[in-house]
Amino acid sequence: MFDWLQHFADWLIYTVFNVGQETHLGTALNFFVYDTLKILILLFFVVFIMGIVNAYFPVERLKNYLNKKKLYGLEYFFSSVFGAITPFCSCSSVPLFIGFVQGGIPLGVTFSFLITSPLVNEVAVAMFLGMFGIKATLIYAVSGIILGTIGGWLLGKFNLEPLLSDWVKKILENKMQHGKFEEVKQTFYQRLPEISRGAWDIVKGVLLYVVIGIAIGAAMHGYVPENFFNTYLGGGQWWTVPLAVLVAVPMYANAAGIVPIIQVFVAKGVPLGTAIAFMMATVGLSIPEATLLKKVMSLKLIAIFFGIVTLCIMISGYLFNLIL
Amino acid sequence: MSKVIKILGTGCPKCQSMTGVVQNVISENNIDATIEKVEDIMEIMKYNVMTTPALVIDDVITIKGRVPSKDEVLALLN
Repeated sequence: MFDWLQHFADWLIYTVFNVGQETHLGTALNFFVYDTLKILILLFFVVFIMGIVNAYFPVERLKNYLNKKKLYGLEYFFSSVFGAITPFCSCSSVPLFIGFVQGGIPLGVTFSFLITSPLVNEVAVAMFLGMFGIKATLIYAVSGIILGTIGGWLLGKFNLEPLLSDWVKKILENKMQHGKFEEVKQTFYQRLPEISRGAWDIVKGVLLYVVIGIAIGAAMHGYVPENFFNTYLGGGQWWTVPLAVLVAVPMYANAAGIVPIIQVFVAKGVPLGTAIAFMMATVGLSIPEATLLKKVMSLKLIAIFFGIVTLCIMISGYLFNLIL
Repeated sequence: MSKVIKILGTGCPKCQSMTGVVQNVISENNIDATIEKVEDIMEIMKYNVMTTPALVIDDVITIKGRVPSKDEVLALLN
Protein backbone atom coordinates (compact mmCIF):
# COMPACT_ATOMS: atom_id res chain seq x y z
CA MET A 1 0.00 0.00 0.00
CA PHE A 2 2.88 2.33 0.74
CA ASP A 3 5.31 1.01 -1.89
CA TRP A 4 5.18 4.28 -3.78
CA LEU A 5 6.24 6.10 -0.63
CA GLN A 6 9.24 3.78 -0.20
CA HIS A 7 10.23 4.45 -3.82
CA PHE A 8 9.93 8.15 -3.17
CA ALA A 9 12.11 7.94 -0.03
CA ASP A 10 14.71 5.82 -1.88
CA TRP A 11 14.79 8.27 -4.75
CA LEU A 12 14.97 11.34 -2.50
CA ILE A 13 17.76 10.10 -0.24
CA TYR A 14 19.86 7.87 -2.51
CA THR A 15 19.49 9.80 -5.77
CA VAL A 16 18.64 13.43 -5.02
CA PHE A 17 20.73 13.83 -1.86
CA ASN A 18 23.15 11.16 -3.05
CA VAL A 19 23.65 9.60 0.41
CA GLY A 20 25.04 6.07 0.20
CA GLN A 21 22.53 3.25 0.60
CA GLU A 22 24.93 1.27 2.78
CA THR A 23 25.74 4.09 5.21
CA HIS A 24 24.13 4.53 8.63
CA LEU A 25 23.16 8.06 7.65
CA GLY A 26 21.52 6.85 4.43
CA THR A 27 19.41 4.20 6.21
CA ALA A 28 18.47 6.61 8.97
CA LEU A 29 17.42 9.40 6.58
CA ASN A 30 15.46 7.01 4.39
CA PHE A 31 13.65 5.62 7.45
CA PHE A 32 12.88 9.15 8.63
CA VAL A 33 11.39 10.38 5.33
CA TYR A 34 9.38 7.23 4.71
CA ASP A 35 7.98 6.94 8.23
CA THR A 36 7.14 10.61 8.69
CA LEU A 37 5.13 10.78 5.46
CA LYS A 38 3.42 7.44 6.05
CA ILE A 39 2.43 8.34 9.62
CA LEU A 40 1.08 11.75 8.62
CA ILE A 41 -1.10 10.22 5.89
CA LEU A 42 -2.41 7.50 8.25
CA LEU A 43 -2.97 10.02 11.02
CA PHE A 44 -5.09 12.24 8.81
CA PHE A 45 -7.27 9.33 7.67
CA VAL A 46 -7.76 7.79 11.11
CA VAL A 47 -8.66 11.15 12.66
CA PHE A 48 -10.97 11.91 9.75
CA ILE A 49 -12.84 8.61 10.13
CA MET A 50 -13.09 9.11 13.90
CA GLY A 51 -14.49 12.58 13.20
CA ILE A 52 -17.27 11.05 11.09
CA VAL A 53 -18.03 8.42 13.75
CA ASN A 54 -18.22 11.16 16.36
CA ALA A 55 -20.54 13.32 14.34
CA TYR A 56 -23.02 10.44 14.63
CA PHE A 57 -22.32 9.34 18.21
CA PRO A 58 -21.92 12.46 20.30
CA VAL A 59 -21.01 11.74 23.89
CA GLU A 60 -24.44 12.84 25.17
CA ARG A 61 -26.07 10.08 23.16
CA LEU A 62 -23.67 7.54 24.67
CA LYS A 63 -24.50 8.79 28.13
CA ASN A 64 -28.23 8.45 27.54
CA TYR A 65 -27.74 4.99 26.10
CA LEU A 66 -25.76 3.81 29.12
CA ASN A 67 -28.33 5.35 31.40
CA LYS A 68 -31.51 3.96 29.88
CA LYS A 69 -30.63 0.45 28.76
CA LYS A 70 -30.33 -2.48 31.12
CA LEU A 71 -27.08 -4.05 30.05
CA TYR A 72 -26.52 -6.85 32.59
CA GLY A 73 -22.88 -6.09 33.32
CA LEU A 74 -22.04 -5.27 29.71
CA GLU A 75 -22.24 -1.55 30.57
CA TYR A 76 -18.56 -1.60 31.59
CA PHE A 77 -17.64 -2.97 28.19
CA PHE A 78 -19.81 -0.46 26.29
CA SER A 79 -18.49 2.42 28.33
CA SER A 80 -14.95 1.29 27.55
CA VAL A 81 -15.72 1.03 23.80
CA PHE A 82 -17.26 4.51 23.89
CA GLY A 83 -14.10 5.75 25.58
CA ALA A 84 -12.07 4.34 22.71
CA ILE A 85 -14.10 5.98 19.93
CA THR A 86 -14.46 9.36 21.64
CA PRO A 87 -11.62 11.71 20.76
CA PHE A 88 -9.61 12.33 23.87
CA CYS A 89 -8.81 15.79 25.11
CA SER A 90 -7.38 15.82 28.62
CA CYS A 91 -9.24 19.02 29.42
CA SER A 92 -12.55 17.32 28.70
CA SER A 93 -11.97 14.45 31.11
CA VAL A 94 -13.25 16.33 34.17
CA PRO A 95 -16.48 17.65 32.58
CA LEU A 96 -17.08 14.17 31.14
CA PHE A 97 -16.54 12.54 34.50
CA ILE A 98 -19.03 14.85 36.22
CA GLY A 99 -21.50 14.61 33.36
CA PHE A 100 -21.53 10.81 33.60
CA VAL A 101 -21.80 10.62 37.37
CA GLN A 102 -24.45 13.33 37.38
CA GLY A 103 -26.40 11.43 34.75
CA GLY A 104 -26.73 8.53 37.19
CA ILE A 105 -24.06 6.31 35.66
CA PRO A 106 -22.26 4.24 38.32
CA LEU A 107 -18.75 5.32 39.24
CA GLY A 108 -17.20 2.05 38.05
CA VAL A 109 -18.75 2.40 34.58
CA THR A 110 -17.54 6.00 34.44
CA PHE A 111 -14.04 4.79 35.28
CA SER A 112 -14.17 2.30 32.39
CA PHE A 113 -14.68 5.28 30.09
CA LEU A 114 -11.99 7.30 31.82
CA ILE A 115 -9.41 4.50 31.53
CA THR A 116 -9.92 3.73 27.84
CA SER A 117 -10.41 7.28 26.61
CA PRO A 118 -6.73 8.32 26.72
CA LEU A 119 -5.45 4.76 26.26
CA VAL A 120 -7.07 4.05 22.90
CA ASN A 121 -7.19 7.31 20.99
CA GLU A 122 -7.00 8.18 17.33
CA VAL A 123 -3.39 9.36 17.46
CA ALA A 124 -2.17 6.20 19.23
CA VAL A 125 -4.08 3.99 16.77
CA ALA A 126 -2.67 5.76 13.73
CA MET A 127 0.87 5.65 15.10
CA PHE A 128 0.58 1.94 15.91
CA LEU A 129 -0.84 1.23 12.47
CA GLY A 130 2.08 2.99 10.85
CA MET A 131 4.84 1.53 12.98
CA PHE A 132 3.70 -1.97 13.92
CA GLY A 133 1.05 -2.92 11.35
CA ILE A 134 -2.57 -3.92 11.63
CA LYS A 135 -2.18 -7.00 13.87
CA ALA A 136 -0.36 -5.19 16.67
CA THR A 137 -2.81 -2.27 16.36
CA LEU A 138 -5.78 -4.60 16.85
CA ILE A 139 -4.09 -6.23 19.84
CA TYR A 140 -3.41 -2.82 21.32
CA ALA A 141 -6.94 -1.48 20.79
CA VAL A 142 -8.76 -4.63 21.90
CA SER A 143 -6.61 -5.10 24.99
CA GLY A 144 -7.02 -1.41 25.85
CA ILE A 145 -10.81 -1.85 25.74
CA ILE A 146 -10.67 -5.06 27.82
CA LEU A 147 -8.39 -3.34 30.31
CA GLY A 148 -10.87 -0.46 30.68
CA THR A 149 -13.73 -2.94 31.14
CA ILE A 150 -11.97 -4.95 33.85
CA GLY A 151 -10.41 -1.90 35.54
CA GLY A 152 -13.78 -0.13 35.77
CA TRP A 153 -15.50 -3.26 37.02
CA LEU A 154 -12.86 -3.74 39.73
CA LEU A 155 -13.13 -0.09 40.79
CA GLY A 156 -16.90 -0.46 40.88
CA LYS A 157 -16.49 -3.15 43.55
CA PHE A 158 -15.14 -0.60 46.03
CA ASN A 159 -17.32 1.93 47.76
CA LEU A 160 -15.71 5.00 46.23
CA GLU A 161 -18.45 7.65 46.27
CA PRO A 162 -17.37 9.09 49.66
CA LEU A 163 -13.94 9.79 48.16
CA LEU A 164 -15.23 12.30 45.61
CA SER A 165 -14.64 16.02 46.19
CA ASP A 166 -17.27 17.77 48.31
CA TRP A 167 -18.59 19.97 45.52
CA VAL A 168 -19.05 16.95 43.25
CA LYS A 169 -21.05 15.20 46.00
CA LYS A 170 -23.21 18.31 46.24
CA ILE A 171 -23.89 18.18 42.52
CA LEU A 172 -24.93 14.54 42.87
CA GLU A 173 -27.34 15.33 45.70
CA ASN A 174 -29.31 18.11 44.08
CA LYS A 175 -29.79 17.62 40.41
CA MET A 176 -28.82 20.79 38.68
CA GLN A 177 -30.76 22.61 36.02
CA HIS A 178 -30.13 21.43 32.52
CA GLY A 179 -28.36 23.86 30.26
CA LYS A 180 -30.47 24.99 27.37
CA PHE A 181 -28.94 23.61 24.21
CA GLU A 182 -29.86 24.63 20.70
CA GLU A 183 -27.79 23.39 17.85
CA VAL A 184 -28.30 24.09 14.21
CA LYS A 185 -28.90 20.78 12.49
CA GLN A 186 -26.36 20.15 9.79
CA THR A 187 -26.38 17.52 7.08
CA PHE A 188 -23.49 15.13 6.60
CA TYR A 189 -22.13 17.06 3.61
CA GLN A 190 -22.28 20.32 5.50
CA ARG A 191 -20.18 18.79 8.23
CA LEU A 192 -17.53 17.21 6.01
CA PRO A 193 -15.41 20.35 5.50
CA GLU A 194 -15.43 20.92 9.23
CA ILE A 195 -14.49 17.31 10.01
CA SER A 196 -11.55 17.42 7.60
CA ARG A 197 -10.47 20.78 9.02
CA GLY A 198 -10.60 19.24 12.51
CA ALA A 199 -8.52 16.26 11.32
CA TRP A 200 -5.99 18.63 9.80
CA ASP A 201 -5.83 20.62 13.05
CA ILE A 202 -5.02 17.46 15.02
CA VAL A 203 -2.34 16.45 12.52
CA LYS A 204 -0.82 19.94 12.75
CA GLY A 205 -0.96 19.76 16.54
CA VAL A 206 1.06 16.55 16.78
CA LEU A 207 3.28 17.17 13.74
CA LEU A 208 6.21 18.33 15.83
CA TYR A 209 6.02 15.29 18.14
CA VAL A 210 5.83 12.93 15.18
CA VAL A 211 8.87 14.51 13.55
CA ILE A 212 10.92 14.54 16.77
CA GLY A 213 9.88 10.99 17.71
CA ILE A 214 10.68 9.59 14.27
CA ALA A 215 13.94 11.55 14.10
CA ILE A 216 15.10 10.01 17.40
CA GLY A 217 13.82 6.62 16.26
CA ALA A 218 15.61 6.94 12.91
CA ALA A 219 18.86 7.93 14.61
CA MET A 220 18.59 4.98 17.01
CA HIS A 221 17.76 2.61 14.15
CA GLY A 222 20.95 3.46 12.34
CA TYR A 223 23.25 3.43 15.34
CA VAL A 224 21.98 1.02 18.02
CA PRO A 225 23.32 -2.47 17.27
CA GLU A 226 20.92 -5.34 16.51
CA ASN A 227 19.65 -7.21 19.58
CA PHE A 228 21.19 -4.54 21.80
CA PHE A 229 18.32 -4.63 24.29
CA ASN A 230 18.13 -8.40 24.28
CA THR A 231 21.01 -8.49 26.69
CA TYR A 232 19.30 -6.21 29.20
CA LEU A 233 15.57 -6.18 28.59
CA GLY A 234 14.92 -9.10 26.26
CA GLY A 235 14.77 -12.58 27.70
CA GLY A 236 12.50 -13.72 30.43
CA GLN A 237 13.53 -11.50 33.33
CA TRP A 238 10.32 -11.13 35.35
CA TRP A 239 11.06 -7.59 36.48
CA THR A 240 11.17 -5.96 33.04
CA VAL A 241 7.39 -5.51 32.74
CA PRO A 242 6.83 -3.87 36.18
CA LEU A 243 9.92 -1.75 35.68
CA ALA A 244 8.77 -0.52 32.26
CA VAL A 245 5.30 0.29 33.64
CA LEU A 246 6.53 2.03 36.80
CA VAL A 247 8.93 4.18 34.81
CA ALA A 248 6.16 5.10 32.37
CA VAL A 249 3.32 6.05 34.77
CA PRO A 250 4.61 9.49 35.86
CA MET A 251 5.85 10.22 32.33
CA TYR A 252 3.57 12.12 30.08
CA ALA A 253 4.37 11.68 26.45
CA ASN A 254 2.29 12.25 23.43
CA ALA A 255 1.48 8.95 21.68
CA ALA A 256 2.78 10.60 18.52
CA GLY A 257 6.25 11.02 19.96
CA ILE A 258 6.55 7.80 21.96
CA VAL A 259 5.52 5.14 19.43
CA PRO A 260 8.45 5.62 16.97
CA ILE A 261 10.88 5.25 19.84
CA ILE A 262 9.12 2.15 21.18
CA GLN A 263 9.26 0.70 17.68
CA VAL A 264 13.06 0.87 17.76
CA PHE A 265 13.13 -0.81 21.16
CA VAL A 266 11.05 -3.65 19.76
CA ALA A 267 13.16 -3.89 16.60
CA LYS A 268 16.27 -4.16 18.75
CA GLY A 269 15.03 -6.94 20.98
CA VAL A 270 12.52 -5.69 23.61
CA PRO A 271 9.47 -8.03 23.69
CA LEU A 272 6.33 -6.47 22.16
CA GLY A 273 4.31 -7.12 25.34
CA THR A 274 6.70 -5.14 27.49
CA ALA A 275 6.65 -2.35 24.91
CA ILE A 276 2.83 -2.26 24.79
CA ALA A 277 2.67 -2.15 28.59
CA PHE A 278 5.14 0.74 28.59
CA MET A 279 3.11 2.57 25.96
CA MET A 280 -0.18 2.06 27.85
CA ALA A 281 1.30 3.37 31.09
CA THR A 282 2.71 6.41 29.32
CA VAL A 283 -0.45 7.55 27.54
CA GLY A 284 -3.01 6.15 29.98
CA LEU A 285 -1.75 7.51 33.27
CA SER A 286 0.21 10.67 33.93
CA ILE A 287 0.88 13.35 36.52
CA PRO A 288 -0.99 16.05 34.53
CA GLU A 289 -4.07 13.81 34.44
CA ALA A 290 -3.84 13.24 38.19
CA THR A 291 -3.69 17.01 38.71
CA LEU A 292 -6.88 17.47 36.68
CA LEU A 293 -8.69 14.67 38.50
CA LYS A 294 -7.66 16.23 41.83
CA LYS A 295 -10.48 18.72 41.24
CA VAL A 296 -13.16 16.04 41.38
CA MET A 297 -11.76 13.34 43.66
CA SER A 298 -9.59 12.91 46.73
CA LEU A 299 -5.95 11.90 46.53
CA LYS A 300 -6.88 8.54 47.98
CA LEU A 301 -9.30 7.85 45.13
CA ILE A 302 -6.72 8.92 42.54
CA ALA A 303 -4.22 6.56 44.18
CA ILE A 304 -6.71 3.65 44.06
CA PHE A 305 -7.57 4.47 40.44
CA PHE A 306 -3.94 4.69 39.34
CA GLY A 307 -3.00 1.62 41.41
CA ILE A 308 -5.65 -0.62 39.87
CA VAL A 309 -4.93 0.55 36.33
CA THR A 310 -1.17 0.12 36.82
CA LEU A 311 -1.76 -3.42 38.07
CA CYS A 312 -3.99 -4.24 35.06
CA ILE A 313 -1.38 -2.88 32.65
CA MET A 314 1.35 -5.01 34.25
CA ILE A 315 -0.79 -8.15 34.06
CA SER A 316 -1.59 -7.50 30.40
CA GLY A 317 2.12 -6.93 29.72
CA TYR A 318 2.87 -10.43 31.06
CA LEU A 319 -0.04 -11.87 29.07
CA PHE A 320 1.20 -10.32 25.83
CA ASN A 321 4.68 -11.68 26.38
CA LEU A 322 3.18 -15.13 26.94
CA ILE A 323 0.95 -15.18 23.84
CA LEU A 324 2.87 -13.07 21.34
CA MET B 1 -28.78 44.93 21.94
CA SER B 2 -25.39 43.78 23.01
CA LYS B 3 -24.96 40.04 23.03
CA VAL B 4 -23.22 38.21 25.85
CA ILE B 5 -20.93 35.49 24.58
CA LYS B 6 -19.38 33.02 26.97
CA ILE B 7 -16.69 30.55 26.07
CA LEU B 8 -16.53 27.59 28.41
CA GLY B 9 -13.27 25.72 28.64
CA THR B 10 -10.47 24.94 31.02
CA GLY B 11 -7.83 26.55 28.83
CA CYS B 12 -6.94 23.76 26.42
CA PRO B 13 -5.67 24.56 22.89
CA LYS B 14 -9.12 23.95 21.37
CA CYS B 15 -10.73 26.47 23.75
CA GLN B 16 -8.16 29.07 22.77
CA SER B 17 -8.75 28.54 19.08
CA MET B 18 -12.50 28.90 19.65
CA THR B 19 -11.89 32.23 21.41
CA GLY B 20 -9.77 33.32 18.45
CA VAL B 21 -12.48 32.44 15.92
CA VAL B 22 -15.18 34.26 17.90
CA GLN B 23 -13.02 37.35 18.40
CA ASN B 24 -12.25 37.50 14.68
CA VAL B 25 -15.89 37.21 13.69
CA ILE B 26 -16.92 39.97 16.09
CA SER B 27 -14.28 42.46 15.04
CA GLU B 28 -14.55 41.75 11.31
CA ASN B 29 -18.32 42.23 11.30
CA ASN B 30 -18.55 44.97 13.95
CA ILE B 31 -20.91 42.92 16.08
CA ASP B 32 -21.94 44.45 19.38
CA ALA B 33 -21.02 41.71 21.85
CA THR B 34 -18.92 41.00 24.90
CA ILE B 35 -16.80 37.88 25.24
CA GLU B 36 -16.33 36.25 28.57
CA LYS B 37 -14.06 33.27 29.13
CA VAL B 38 -15.31 30.84 31.75
CA GLU B 39 -12.38 28.72 32.91
CA ASP B 40 -13.52 27.61 36.34
CA ILE B 41 -14.65 24.00 36.19
CA MET B 42 -17.41 24.49 38.75
CA GLU B 43 -18.86 27.35 36.69
CA ILE B 44 -18.58 25.29 33.51
CA MET B 45 -20.48 22.39 35.06
CA LYS B 46 -23.42 24.70 35.78
CA TYR B 47 -24.06 24.67 32.04
CA ASN B 48 -24.21 20.89 32.05
CA VAL B 49 -21.77 20.46 29.19
CA MET B 50 -19.62 17.35 29.00
CA THR B 51 -17.27 18.36 26.25
CA THR B 52 -15.33 21.57 26.02
CA PRO B 53 -14.97 24.06 24.46
CA ALA B 54 -18.58 25.24 24.51
CA LEU B 55 -20.03 28.44 23.08
CA VAL B 56 -22.83 30.14 25.00
CA ILE B 57 -24.68 33.04 23.40
CA ASP B 58 -27.12 34.92 25.66
CA ASP B 59 -27.25 31.92 28.01
CA VAL B 60 -28.05 29.41 25.28
CA ILE B 61 -25.44 26.75 24.56
CA THR B 62 -24.95 26.70 20.81
CA ILE B 63 -21.86 24.60 20.29
CA LYS B 64 -20.09 22.06 22.43
CA GLY B 65 -17.00 19.93 22.07
CA ARG B 66 -15.68 21.36 18.84
CA VAL B 67 -14.22 24.46 17.28
CA PRO B 68 -16.72 26.09 14.90
CA SER B 69 -15.91 27.78 11.61
CA LYS B 70 -16.20 31.56 11.23
CA ASP B 71 -19.29 31.22 9.04
CA GLU B 72 -21.01 29.11 11.64
CA VAL B 73 -20.31 31.61 14.43
CA LEU B 74 -21.51 34.47 12.23
CA ALA B 75 -24.75 32.63 11.48
CA LEU B 76 -25.29 31.98 15.18
CA LEU B 77 -24.73 35.62 16.05
CA ASN B 78 -27.15 36.98 13.46
